[in-house]
Amino acid sequence: MEANKVLDAKGLACPMPIVKTKKAMDELNSGDILEIHATDKGAKADLAAWSDSSGHELVEQKEEDDVLKFWIRKG
Amino acid sequence: MPKAMNAQEIARKVIDKEELFILDVRNQKEFADWKIEGDSVEVINVPYFDLLDGVESIMDKLPNENVLVVCAKEGSSMMVADLLEEAGVTGVSYLKGGMKAWSEYLEPVKVGDISDGGELYQFVRLGKGCLSYMVISDGEAMVIDSNRMIQPYLDFAKEKNAEIVQVADTHLHADHISGGRALREETGAQYWLPPKDATEVQFDYNNLEDGNEITVGTTKVAAQAVYSPGHTIGSTSFIIDNKYLLTGDILFVESIGRPDLAGLAEDWVGDLRETLYSRYKELSDDLEVLPAHFANMSEVQDDGKVSAPLGELYKVNTGLNVEDEGEFRKMVTENLPPQPNAYQEIRQVNMGKLTPEEEEKREMEIGPNRCAVS
Repeated sequence: MEANKVLDAKGLACPMPIVKTKKAMDELNSGDILEIHATDKGAKADLAAWSDSSGHELVEQKEEDDVLKFWIRKG
Repeated sequence: MPKAMNAQEIARKVIDKEELFILDVRNQKEFADWKIEGDSVEVINVPYFDLLDGVESIMDKLPNENVLVVCAKEGSSMMVADLLEEAGVTGVSYLKGGMKAWSEYLEPVKVGDISDGGELYQFVRLGKGCLSYMVISDGEAMVIDSNRMIQPYLDFAKEKNAEIVQVADTHLHADHISGGRALREETGAQYWLPPKDATEVQFDYNNLEDGNEITVGTTKVAAQAVYSPGHTIGSTSFIIDNKYLLTGDILFVESIGRPDLAGLAEDWVGDLRETLYSRYKELSDDLEVLPAHFANMSEVQDDGKVSAPLGELYKVNTGLNVEDEGEFRKMVTENLPPQPNAYQEIRQVNMGKLTPEEEEKREMEIGPNRCAVS
């Protein structure tokens, strides 16, 4: 998936993946896609719940070689 | 600086019914699944990711002082605790090690004495509702239904100058990983398992069978095994000193065991009924029932112990008072609560078929035990 920006949050523990995601998201425009790479397992449920509660859309997520990848469209 | 509060301090507050206000900052799903509970505990849930811009929006829901912030591991609770302090709340603390540490903490509570000089202890795992036991007599100890974390038993036995020589599980557990094998490796103790639950087990064990007497200490405190199928086909209870009845997951204080976790509810309903309505009924009413789980904080007594006389349970436990067999069958097979987290994998680990990393084991055990029918 084409992303407007890629955020590397690998190796970061909770809450940092979401703190960084939020910051990166603030710099994007509505409709843009942010791609996030993380290794903290908690990010899975939290990014989905955060997207919901802040009006963004989690478009896709998958796991590749122990790296969790997320694509979120800014609302 | 917010203060770190460890799981032991929180356990003491919960048992002593000290007031505790908790701001749980995990996501809603995790919170709905499982949280810190207690008569004196007030808890609200606001996910940390809704507080990244500050805590002003929730200030009216919080007291001005003494707020404990908890999250899954620790990091987010520290962040939110800092924010609360900046916003003027005093006495802010966070749970050290998060809900993972809470899930793993064991509080030892003395059950009572054994007539020839020994003692019986219950290890209460408040965060998960698991109960395990240690019989201590004349320098020797037996651990029953050990949790995965074996260090608390090793430390406690050492403190009591006792050597762990016997380890047993009342059944093959589905809600938590047994520490039985690890304890045997560490201490060289004998490890007893009911053979009917252990047909697929990949390691050696001693057959725990009806009528077995397992000796702890030179004064022969015998743990007598009583075959009591129902939760699993091999489930076996222990009678210690003609005083204590360790029921495993067959009978709890406010509920009874569910027969479906090994996938055979229909087959085992009859066994469960037979055990609860016939076998146990023949035992003395004065026996103190000591289960392997509790589900509600109301089952925890003022001193932290979870127990009740068998005769009393025949009067008040609804699971023991269903006259109609068809109705009983319905109760234990329909509308059961969700099964415990990763229960199939946990059974595989307890059989020695899976050997996950420590971190994976912790993840498997997250959440409540849900071994009761309600």
